[in-house]
Amino acid sequence: MSAARVGVVTFPGTLDDQDAARAVRHAGGEAVPLWHADPDLKGVDAVFLPGGFSYGDYLRCGAISRFAPLMEELIPAARAGLPVLGTCNGFQILCEAHLLPGALMRNAGLHYVCRDQGIRVETTATPWTSDFTEGQEIVLPIKHGEGRYVADPATLAAIEAGGQVVFRYTGGNPNGSLNDIAGIRNEAGNIVGLMPHPEHAVEDLTGAPSTDGRAFFTSILKKLVNA
Amino acid sequence: MARVIVDVMLKPEILDAQGQAIARALPRLGFSGVSAVRQGKRFEVELDGPADEAALSDVRKMAETLLANTVIEDYTVTIEE
Repeated sequence: MSAARVGVVTFPGTLDDQDAARAVRHAGGEAVPLWHADPDLKGVDAVFLPGGFSYGDYLRCGAISRFAPLMEELIPAARAGLPVLGTCNGFQILCEAHLLPGALMRNAGLHYVCRDQGIRVETTATPWTSDFTEGQEIVLPIKHGEGRYVADPATLAAIEAGGQVVFRYTGGNPNGSLNDIAGIRNEAGNIVGLMPHPEHAVEDLTGAPSTDGRAFFTSILKKLVNA
Repeated sequence: MARVIVDVMLKPEILDAQGQAIARALPRLGFSGVSAVRQGKRFEVELDGPADEAALSDVRKMAETLLANTVIEDYTVTIEE
């Protein structure tokens, strides 16, 4: 049987695509490079939107990327159920594309924050978190200047009630995010966005604070193999 | 030729961390009597033709689609005299 194929998107200014592709391979999947200007998903089974500063964060983080030719294909595919994970800038792009509710704003403290962050897994009911246990406390690196999750009160209440909060910061909120939200999913559950970086926490060798990131990739590969 | 201004501001209920930092800096610089500052963006859109209703409708569409994120921001469109 051939390995599950996970697309990794590169925009101009993307930083973490190589780490993401490596993490996919590390978990036993095939990483398929996808190019922002090429409206072709190459038949992948899932998509990883990595972090960075796509289009220089001009206008707003993710605002320009959201209109990239590749996104014209990705947005309807994601709405139709394609599993998509966005980390950091990828999360910002998913919010700008209205695939996830709310928005990400400048950190409350205004400083860029780069540290190892405690995170609690609030739900395993997504294709990207099934290998965790509910309530599991993990540690992942964060590195962002615009990670404060905001949504209007009605939206916030709806995502809390609907179990759409996937990750919450523990041991201190690094950016002023509402309800300590670190990551959310869409209603259907196939699209997940988070500010922390699982792709930087898959190998001890790199000095990562943990290898907790591995479970994101083993989750999706199990899901795809069993699909 | 006409110039249309699109002003984009955070919705009032959204915390403007940058505006607050500016407001806090002002007294240190000797400016008193400022109770709050909110920071926004101004876009100057140069049109090929006149700022008629069709053109303004297009500019509003631009604002809605790209210039503002209406999840967190409001915008106003005005014609520069």
